[in-house]
Amino acid sequence: MAIPVLMPALSPTMTEGKIARWLKKEGDNVRAGDVIAEIETDKATMEVEAVDEGTLGKILVAEGTEGVAVNSEIAILLEEGEDAAAAKPAKKAKAPAKTEEAPAEAPAETKTAEAKTADARLAAPQVSAPADADPRFYENTATITVREALRDAMAEEMRRDADVFLMGEEVAEYQGAYKVSQGLLDEFGHQRVVDTPITEQGFTGLAVGAAFSGLKPIVEFMTFNFALQAMDHLINSAAKTLYMSGGQIQCHMVFRGANGAASRVGAQHSQCFASWYAHIPGLKVVSPYSADDAKGLLKAAIRDPNPVIFLENEILYGRSGEVPVDADFTVPIGKARILREGSDVTVVSFSRPLDYALEAADQLAADGISVEVIDLRTPRPLDAETIVRSVAKTNHIVTVEEGWPYAGIGSEIAAVIMEQAFDHLDAPLKRVCAADVPLPYAANLERLALPCTEDVIAAIRDVTYRG
Amino acid sequence: MARAAKSKPAAKSSVKSARGKRQLSAKPSKPALGKSELLAMYRNMLLIRRFEEKAGQLYGQGQIAGFCHLYIGQEAVVIGMQANITRDDAVVTTYRDHGHMLACGMDPKGVMAELTGRRGGYSKGKGGSMHMFSKKESFYGGHGIVGASVPVGTGLAFANRYRGNDRVSLTYYGDGAANQGQVIESFNMAALWKLPCIFIIENNQYGMGTSVARASASPDFYKRGEPFGIPGRKVDGMDILAVYEAGAEAVAHARAGKGPFILQMETYRYRGHSMSDPARYRTREEVQKVREERDPIDHLSDILFENSYAKADDLKKIDGEVKKIVTAAAEFAVTDSEPAPEELYTDVLLEA
Repeated sequence: MAIPVLMPALSPTMTEGKIARWLKKEGDNVRAGDVIAEIETDKATMEVEAVDEGTLGKILVAEGTEGVAVNSEIAILLEEGEDAAAAKPAKKAKAPAKTEEAPAEAPAETKTAEAKTADARLAAPQVSAPADADPRFYENTATITVREALRDAMAEEMRRDADVFLMGEEVAEYQGAYKVSQGLLDEFGHQRVVDTPITEQGFTGLAVGAAFSGLKPIVEFMTFNFALQAMDHLINSAAKTLYMSGGQIQCHMVFRGANGAASRVGAQHSQCFASWYAHIPGLKVVSPYSADDAKGLLKAAIRDPNPVIFLENEILYGRSGEVPVDADFTVPIGKARILREGSDVTVVSFSRPLDYALEAADQLAADGISVEVIDLRTPRPLDAETIVRSVAKTNHIVTVEEGWPYAGIGSEIAAVIMEQAFDHLDAPLKRVCAADVPLPYAANLERLALPCTEDVIAAIRDVTYRG
Repeated sequence: MARAAKSKPAAKSSVKSARGKRQLSAKPSKPALGKSELLAMYRNMLLIRRFEEKAGQLYGQGQIAGFCHLYIGQEAVVIGMQANITRDDAVVTTYRDHGHMLACGMDPKGVMAELTGRRGGYSKGKGGSMHMFSKKESFYGGHGIVGASVPVGTGLAFANRYRGNDRVSLTYYGDGAANQGQVIESFNMAALWKLPCIFIIENNQYGMGTSVARASASPDFYKRGEPFGIPGRKVDGMDILAVYEAGAEAVAHARAGKGPFILQMETYRYRGHSMSDPARYRTREEVQKVREERDPIDHLSDILFENSYAKADDLKKIDGEVKKIVTAAAEFAVTDSEPAPEELYTDVLLEA
């Protein structure tokens, strides 16, 4: 019986890939373990080994095809005695998937539908002009991914300032564990793109020392989960020294990397640290959503003379968007962005959960509920003014974040609203957060633990009394 | 207190002068350091001692609060080392830092006023005993977390290598900090990247109340760089000439681009870990014995006498000058104003 060869998932978040090269041709004999093809994902080029033996009967997806969905058939293996005619594909290989960001595990229909509409939204962004953000207009833009936007931001700032350098695990030779630093080693060399040993406490302290002496390090944490090992240096060394030195010693540096839940990687690798760092005076905390913000905010962070915690999101790395190409393009830290204007309720979020906020706004528009969606962009400093102004208009507010509820960013916004917008409220604020548990592995439990569009819709219906 | 000129020749001395039971070598030869350098070292050590004694008094009077860790007994380490570097070389240490600041050339008034929490302090009164810095003198703290200054010092060395200059970083820490994982992490990176970092372990025998024997599986801290190929020396940290000599070797090694060096300074603190230390972990006799037999300042005065570089009157005169400086520092520190209330919210972030 013919055995279908399926497009493998080569990382927790991979949903599609490119068949870079076939190493076997039709008619070749294949043994289990033979490398039959090379597949390019958004992170790396990987070899695919045959898991069965037989003859490569039919190649179903040609070399060079991009966007091949995980689990679609890419070839047929024939067992002894079979001939190529028998090698009819069981089902047609899926057309290239368009939803780069759909989580690999997305089994539930709602989740898929959600991802699809999220994608549609990205194709035709309904992003309003920021109410009072950067007024500059950039004529020349390019469509690039968040990943490329981050890379370009670093490259441009490294060209601009010889004191800026990048260090972290796998940033140089490997080109970045998530490919964010791709190409930087070639351009800047080992002097300025520094592979470190796996030694977070040590290299973070080392980077702080380099910053004390006037350099401007960018420290990449492969993910922010590993930065827990470096917490003392982030807080006691980086954040406090300007103050403790009476303003003498500055710590001009950026700590960046993936933050929040990726997909099915379990409790130790999935949590949002926004509120942890936002608690600390002396730190700025930035967490971009769109590609243009990823670039503009990272450039602003690299130029900022203070220690900046820059929280990225693995799921967003592959998203594309229009990004100004001007080397002077930056996005000011501390200004929220109104992604969608509305009049009935304000939804404040940042990073990936904005997907759910925008999706909820789309769905509720059909019911006549007009939702204003604010991208916080920077959990600290918090743009309270934009939030309060919006609530003065809508009289209702919901916060959405991937972090836990206890002492979260939503809690801080609740305090701000209590202090500055109490009289504008027609209903108590409502928070949508992760469940107050370590993130479970099982697909169904993980879905239950993380905020989703339905949670946001329920919260909005609740505060607007339109359930 | 200025640091020595950069081009100082490496000291070569067979002087083994000592008091009490320590034996003199048959005939002490003349140290490579000349009269003026040795007298300056004497004065600088004495300044630290008198400064610390005064700080102890002010603590007793309630003028200094919080944590206050005195350096008395360890003066030869920092003065011997600092004589090998210039103002451009970086220095970082842990919280027993008053001596290092004075050795770096920081103004005793500014240091004492920081101890009393006044606006004329190096950190405008916002740092305190453990958190003081001087960008001008390349002193990067004063770090309150045991072990955390070690990667910071390694990073200062990294910056020097990045800039391609020949400056070094002196990274001081204690026998207690030596067991922190990040110290080993720093050794690894410093050796991997050949960073011009000199790791100086001031083994004063006790990490707070725990003796080295009770905390460290091996007391040979200088050997801990061996797996990484980092050379190390164990040095009598009560003998300033031995410190100077070892420091010269280490600094020359690092400056030449050969990478890090480890120096284990065997020293002793006479006072408690901090001001609130009941000192149940050692006997009075033990402390007294070191004071009598190994005191680093007495040791240097013996050398000065033996080489006819000074008479008792000369040293008395130096003592008088030092006391004057310390008295003026204390006077300033208790009369200077407290920081203005507005300072509460300054220096948190720099304007972007």
